Amino acid sequence: MNIAVLVKQVPDTNEIKLDPKTGTLIREGVESIMNPDDRLGLETALMLKDAHGAKVTVISMGPPQAIDVITEAMAMGADGGVLLSDRNFAGADTWATSYTLGKALEKLLAETRLDLVIAGRQAIDGDTAQIGPQVAEHLGWPQVTYVSELKLEDGSLRAWRKLPGGVEEVVCPLPAVVTVLDAPQDPRWAMVDRLLWACGPKSPIRVWDAADIEAPAKSTGLRGSLTQVMQTFSPKSERKTDWIEGTAEEQARHLVNALSQRNLI
Amino acid sequence: MAVWIIEENCTGCGLCAKACPYGAMVIEDKLARVTDRCTECGACLAACKFEALASDIEQEPIPDLSGYKGVWVFAETQEGKLLPVSRELMGEGGRLAAELGQDLCAVLVGSGLEPLADELASLGAKKVFLADDPRLAAYATLAFTRVLADMIQAHAPAVLLMGATPLGRDLAPRLSRRLDLGLTADCTQLGIDKETGNLLQTRPAFGGNVMATIYTPRVRPQMATVRPGVMAPPQARAGAQAEVIKQEVKLLDSDLLLKLMSFTPLASQGVDISQAKTIVAGGRGCRSREGFGLLAELAQEMGAELAGTRVAVEEGWIGVERQIGQTGVTVRPELYIACGISGAIQHRAGILGSRFIVAINRDANAPVFSVADYAIVGDVFKVVPAMLAALKEAR
Repeated sequence: MNIAVLVKQVPDTNEIKLDPKTGTLIREGVESIMNPDDRLGLETALMLKDAHGAKVTVISMGPPQAIDVITEAMAMGADGGVLLSDRNFAGADTWATSYTLGKALEKLLAETRLDLVIAGRQAIDGDTAQIGPQVAEHLGWPQVTYVSELKLEDGSLRAWRKLPGGVEEVVCPLPAVVTVLDAPQDPRWAMVDRLLWACGPKSPIRVWDAADIEAPAKSTGLRGSLTQVMQTFSPKSERKTDWIEGTAEEQARHLVNALSQRNLI
Repeated sequence: MAVWIIEENCTGCGLCAKACPYGAMVIEDKLARVTDRCTECGACLAACKFEALASDIEQEPIPDLSGYKGVWVFAETQEGKLLPVSRELMGEGGRLAAELGQDLCAVLVGSGLEPLADELASLGAKKVFLADDPRLAAYATLAFTRVLADMIQAHAPAVLLMGATPLGRDLAPRLSRRLDLGLTADCTQLGIDKETGNLLQTRPAFGGNVMATIYTPRVRPQMATVRPGVMAPPQARAGAQAEVIKQEVKLLDSDLLLKLMSFTPLASQGVDISQAKTIVAGGRGCRSREGFGLLAELAQEMGAELAGTRVAVEEGWIGVERQIGQTGVTVRPELYIACGISGAIQHRAGILGSRFIVAINRDANAPVFSVADYAIVGDVFKVVPAMLAALKEAR
């Protein structure tokens, strides 16, 4: 059993702000973390490893410092890691990102069998939830999204999908791509001895650039992106505040009227 | 570096820094400087008014896209009925179609859905593309992807909108990758660029702290998913007719590999305030557990979920699973009512995605009012009982 887990290093979004003067993102001093859904995806893979024995390889695309999420994943129990890092990968939208990840998975598939790819449902910096399905399409594999629990059966997987209205149980043949938004247990802690191994001279982490995965510049990064960012702005400027005056009774009545006119109550 | 500054022309005005989506342009000593964050996107080149920027970025020409016409709305259904978000998309799609001078069209994929064509016509559809097949009765990613891909290739629309529901967020990325289309997720605002006809897709990013406007210059159709509840549904016009165009359904066995084994509706005790439509939240100004009892009454009257700030959780007035803010849950309800909450940035960050925010606080200078649509300066213990009375009266 071979499992690839896609992880992303993200800024802790609660701290992200726009510079009020320039309108650009302030990234200084913002901590980088492993995307929470990806951490749950890794835990799901490691639970399968505990139950069935599996080789778990984590893959991340990002700048050189994104290697930190790979070493962390390996300290938690992953067996190998690949960092996809190249100047040409910067500024990618989800099309270009899924293409790059897809090319890396093709290279892994040329080396070894892969039964399952697990990704987090979405990343907290973009919240798009597009990478999992797009990577599945790149590979031509079926996809199971919004998964909270995963079991392996003979040649297939059984997954529980956590949807707003309830839980759907599905069976899907392998190989497949699964996106995860929860796991039956909290993600495990990193082990210090494993961390030393992952950071040390015998670390099996590999770094691949565009040439390694045969990804042409026109299909990666900003150049390969089909969508472009036109502008970014701070969201709160949109609200025009309606100050409701009067006694408490008058204020309450005015508010209830205004809300019901907007069909909010 | 592929972008450089022509220093004698640069005035240090900062337009380029403002235009850069990556924070790669800085102004130092009244001159612009490109840092190594630059991704060579070229956004600064268009912004400069003084011919002070030059670059060797090769801009590929935009292909002729004039053959793509029509604004399509994927009409998602459940048990044979349109979802509310489908109606909302018809309203928004109609507005965009009018601006483009093109037709609004609806897409129905399922089994036995033809009766919905009249309703879609009443919501503004000129054409309804229908894929009707018993094998499409339940949603299956690969089957729906194949059917929609065939339809798009046959009819070449300019825009395709879907609801950002679990189904839409499962289907849209798969389809966009199959046809190599650009896709923007969870839009809260759409518009048309008058010059180019491009769809302008605005969405929250970084947990709602930043809004981004995105466009898809080179490929059609332009795909976007739209957050449910954000757009207004149109007025239905009874008797309107739409042309129904039936799509031949061609599926492979491999499109129907996933087997649905069971469905268990969620037990109601599991609280997930991130999904709540209406939230009544309290903070320090509610003073006690009893103060929260008053809010609970209001929440019940409004069919809302009850939530609180970090202070309210630490005081034990409410459970931690209902904490909103940086260390709690980020929420995006239709209506957020903040009672006795001063609104520290950590709390505001967790509620900015809300569609409407009501703030009730005794202190007119409380920061929460800076994000409020409706501001009431007053005592929670007077205003909330008065709201309860007004709500019962209005019922």
